[in-house]
This record gives sequence, structure tokens and C-alpha cells, in this order.
Amino acid sequence: MEKQSLRKAYGDALVELGKQNSDIVVLEADLGKSTMSYVFKESFPDRYFEMGIAEQNMASTSAGLALTGKIPFYSTFAVFAAGRAYDQIRCSIAIPKANVRICGSSCGLSDFGDGKTHQSVEDGNIIKTLPHMIVLNPCDAVEVKKMMGFLVSYQGPAYIRINRNDLPVFTSPDGEFQLGKIYPITEGGDAVIFATGVMVSKSAEAAELLKKDGIGVQVVNVSSLKPLLKEELLKYTAGKKAIITAEEAVKIGGLGAGIASLLIGEVNLPFEQVGINDEFGTSAHGYEELLEKYGISTNHIYNAVKKALGK
Amino acid sequence: MLKPEEKKDLQKIALQLRYDLVEMIGIGAAGHLGGSCSLAETIALLYFHKMNFSADRLKDPNRDRLVLSKGHAALIQYAALCEARCFPREELKRVKTLGGLLQGHPDMSIPGLEAVTGSLGQGLSISLGIALALRLNKSPARVYTIMGDGEQSEGQLWEAAMAVANFKLDNLTAFIDYNQVQATGPTKDVFNIPELDKKWSAFGWNVINAKGHDVENILEAVEKAETLKGKPSVIILETIKGKGFSFAEGNPAYHNGTFTEETYKQALKELDAVKAGL
Ligand SMILES: Cc1ncc(C[n+]2csc(CCOP(=O)(O)OP(=O)(O)O)c2C)c(N)n1
Repeated sequence: MEKQSLRKAYGDALVELGKQNSDIVVLEADLGKSTMSYVFKESFPDRYFEMGIAEQNMASTSAGLALTGKIPFYSTFAVFAAGRAYDQIRCSIAIPKANVRICGSSCGLSDFGDGKTHQSVEDGNIIKTLPHMIVLNPCDAVEVKKMMGFLVSYQGPAYIRINRNDLPVFTSPDGEFQLGKIYPITEGGDAVIFATGVMVSKSAEAAELLKKDGIGVQVVNVSSLKPLLKEELLKYTAGKKAIITAEEAVKIGGLGAGIASLLIGEVNLPFEQVGINDEFGTSAHGYEELLEKYGISTNHIYNAVKKALGK
Repeated sequence: MLKPEEKKDLQKIALQLRYDLVEMIGIGAAGHLGGSCSLAETIALLYFHKMNFSADRLKDPNRDRLVLSKGHAALIQYAALCEARCFPREELKRVKTLGGLLQGHPDMSIPGLEAVTGSLGQGLSISLGIALALRLNKSPARVYTIMGDGEQSEGQLWEAAMAVANFKLDNLTAFIDYNQVQATGPTKDVFNIPELDKKWSAFGWNVINAKGHDVENILEAVEKAETLKGKPSVIILETIKGKGFSFAEGNPAYHNGTFTEETYKQALKELDAVKAGL
């Protein structure tokens, strides 16, 4: 399947949207070549602010821009975007519902070489807990573009998690991204996998393997980590024999935990969570090695489905 | 320059703001009296003389903005906004109560407030964003930011100081309420920050000193700041924490203190004496 860069999609979308809307401004903390926000600078130098390596200031500055009618997008590595400036996001951005769009780039383990200080296994979980914030976790480049279009007109603060690696394209460019809606990727009647981000493609691979074993799995792309809507989830649990969740994040406070808390008392099905245990990442030569080590590879999903179905 | 009657009017407003502070805090409940009083003259001058501001144009894109980075001094700003008729006087009595409009720290649900502050160190950064947007919009409006001297130990503030200078924003004027007392005691004992003036000028700012309880002197400093182009200006306001109340002046106990019945009466008596002299 064709792979595309989510980061390139982010930068390209900024430029495209910047042409249509002169209120869009972009801020960066010396990582524009990695997050790909720098392409915006080439097109709109006046509307690109290089803030230096100062993420807390960048967060609150974005709030000031938003409160004065601009639509700021700021980006840096997810670990710094969400973690370094947590209180600034909380006080300057989330409380006043400022229209700031935060891009946490190189999320999860996707910055495989740089190790635990640069890998962010908790950014989405942290930001989710802040009232007023929405959290988006696209599974591919096409979804990034659609989400970016959505974010320009959305009113309120938002966080988007972007994977560093090129990922297979699963979604269709048709239609618009709808907040809180979740999207089926494969069909299958035995179990449902609620997956997010890179785990969508991994789950689809697992579903292929399970098909050979005669097990039908429906993979669903949950790209709105927040809001997460019970009614949306229930559409896909009906008639299934097991539920599996898959995320590239620590399990504590993550997608699986969120789904479990929504479905408890509503559906009584075997439930397996694929996610990272209470641990930080580590350096590796390749991304796949890390997914394997942290228990979130295709194989782990395959095994989780089998376990949930008692097979 | 202020005409004599303008000066007197501003002094009267500053006095009224102090009366309002006493009313808001009341007897038995705690409030940030000290760091509010040190700003009474500056706040009076900005809202009632300098700023392009009025209650019927709170969303005017060309209004001047005031961001109170030392958000704990919100009471003095509430008093001024009330005086400017941004909300009814009854709200002052309900400050910090459940269901009241006036929150313990600045909230944007309060008419006239421009930012959420209270977590120290963020106000200058927010002002930087506002100043950048105003410049992009070619707006003549200015941003005024008021910081504390204790607040100067926050790292983010220096990130912002560098950034504002980097972007050469001369539509932003910052103030430091140099009252030399922070929450737990005198700033020189709690966390000494020597040569604040040199620090700011080394970060690329014009540094101007002003007597923070003298409206004429504050105005002179503000006007000077506005004529200096290509660089931001910071005005170091020499002030007294708790100014106006003998028992509170320079006294850390009134950083966030409580009036007893006795000190409450004393406070009003001291304000009445000033009033008689004006
Ligand atoms: C980030 C943060 N840390 C701690 C506090 C608690 N706090 C409120 S006011 C204050 C002292 C502020 O001192 P200063 O800036 O000198 O203000 P002033 O004396 O003028 O009131 C502290 C520590 C806070 N509001 N925000």
C-alpha cells in the first residue's frame, strides 16, 4: 500500500489553507524542518514566527494571537508541545477557549532513534484531560489534510498528534472530517478493533492475518481521541464477540481506558487493550523494532484478538 | 502632561479604587490587597487617561489592551472596570463567590478583561501575541502589560522578553511593579534579582524608571516609551506594596491578607483622611 508523509501533509495543508485565509499564522520552535511547518515561511514570511527554542512562550504567544483574531498553528515535537508548556496550554489557551491549534509532531515512539526524551507516549492522554481541548490523532496523510481543513473553521483550542514516519494511506480524500465521528476501515463480524493513529494500519495488517484463520475483524479508525462518543462506539460493537483497542500511547489515560469507561455497563464483551505499559520509550534503529518491544506491533494486535475471542 | 484638574481626577479615581478594594475584600475574607494597592495610580492612569478604552467598545479591534500578568492583583482591575461601567457595582460585593461574575483571578468571562492570567509568567507572552497580531493588522492600538517583581523569577517571562525584542515590537509597553515584596517576604530575601534594569536592557529593551504613585510621573514614562521606536520599553514602577494603608505598607501579611473589624475601620479612616485632603 502507498505510504505518505503525515508531516508533509501538515506543511502542505498549512500553505494551502494560508492562501485561502489570511488570518492563519504559524509559529515554530526551531524544528520547522522536522515538523514541515517551514514551508509556510517560504510562502508567507510575514505570517510565520520563529519563536526560538522557547515552547512556553510560544504557547502563550499563540493565545495572544488567537485572542486578537488570528488562527495560530504552532508546532514542535509532541513531547515539548504538550509537556513543556502544559500550564501555558491550560491557562493561556484552554481556559479562555483560544483558537490555537497545537501540532504535536513526531508523536509516540515515531522518533525512534532519539529515545525517551524525544518520544512522546503520553501527550494525547495529558491534553485530553484539559477541559475545552479536543485531541485529534490522524492515521494517515490524507486524514491530516482533512483535519487541517476542519481545524481552520473549528472554534476552540485543538491538539493534533502527527507521526514522524510515512504511513500507508487508508482513508479516502472524499468528504470532510467530522469531529467525534469514527470511521470503519475493514469489515468483519467477529471482533471490533478500535484503533488510532499508526495503529490503524497495524490493525488492518492484523485483520488480514486473522482472516486467514477464519476470523473476521472490523477495524475502526478512532481519530478523534476527544471527543470520544459512546453512540459512535456502540455502532461498531453491536453483534461483535469481542472488543480490542489499539493505541501508540501509554494505556493509563489513553484510548482504551477512555473506551472502557464509556462502554462499562453498556456492553458486556471480552475486552483487550493494546498499548504501552507504564514505561518510557528507548532508542532503536527502526520504528518497527520499538512497536514490537513495547507490545504494540501487528503481532500483538493479532494475539490480543485471539485472546479476546478465546481462540 | 496632565492639567491640574486631570491630575486631581486621577488621584480621586485611585482613591476610589482603594475604597473598592476594601469593600471587595471585606471583613474576614482574604484578598490580594498589597499588590493591588501598589498599582492603583498606574491602573487609574491607564484606564482613565491613557488607553483608548471604553465600556461600550470592549470588542473594538483598535482598543488598547491591558494584560495584568500579575493576575493576583485582579481586584484593582475589577475596581477600575467597575468604575468604567463594564459591569454593575453589585458585582463587586459578589467577588469570588459561587455564581458571581468576578473570579479570584482574571477570566475572560469578565467584560473588559483581555487574557486569563494568574499562573505567573505568562502575561508578557500573551501580550506579545496580541502585539504581533495588531502589527499584522496595521492597528494603531497598543498593549500594556503589568508584571510583578517577584514574577521576574519565572523563566517564561525571559523567553518573552527576548522574543518581544527580537520582533522589535514598539507597540508593547511593559511595567514592573517594583514593590520589592513578594508572597512570602521581601524579594531580596526570598529570591534576589539584582540589577533588574540591566537585565532588561541587556535583553534589548528601553528601560524607564517612574515613581509609581505619581500619576504625572507615570504618564511621562509612558509617553516616553511610546516615542521610542524600534524597541520595546519597560517601565520600572517604584511602588509600595499595600500603599495607602499604614498597617499594610511593605507588609507581606497583606500580600493576600484579611481585614479584622479593626483594620477594616482603620483602612476606611485612612482613605477618608486622603479624601479630605484632595
Ligand atoms: C506560576 C505561579 N506560581 C506561584 C504563584 C503563587 N503566587 C501568587 S502571587 C505570588 C507572588 C508574586 O509576587 P510579585 O510578582 O512581586 O507580585 P506583587 O508583590 O506585586 O503582588 C505568588 C508566588 C502563581 N500565582 N503562579
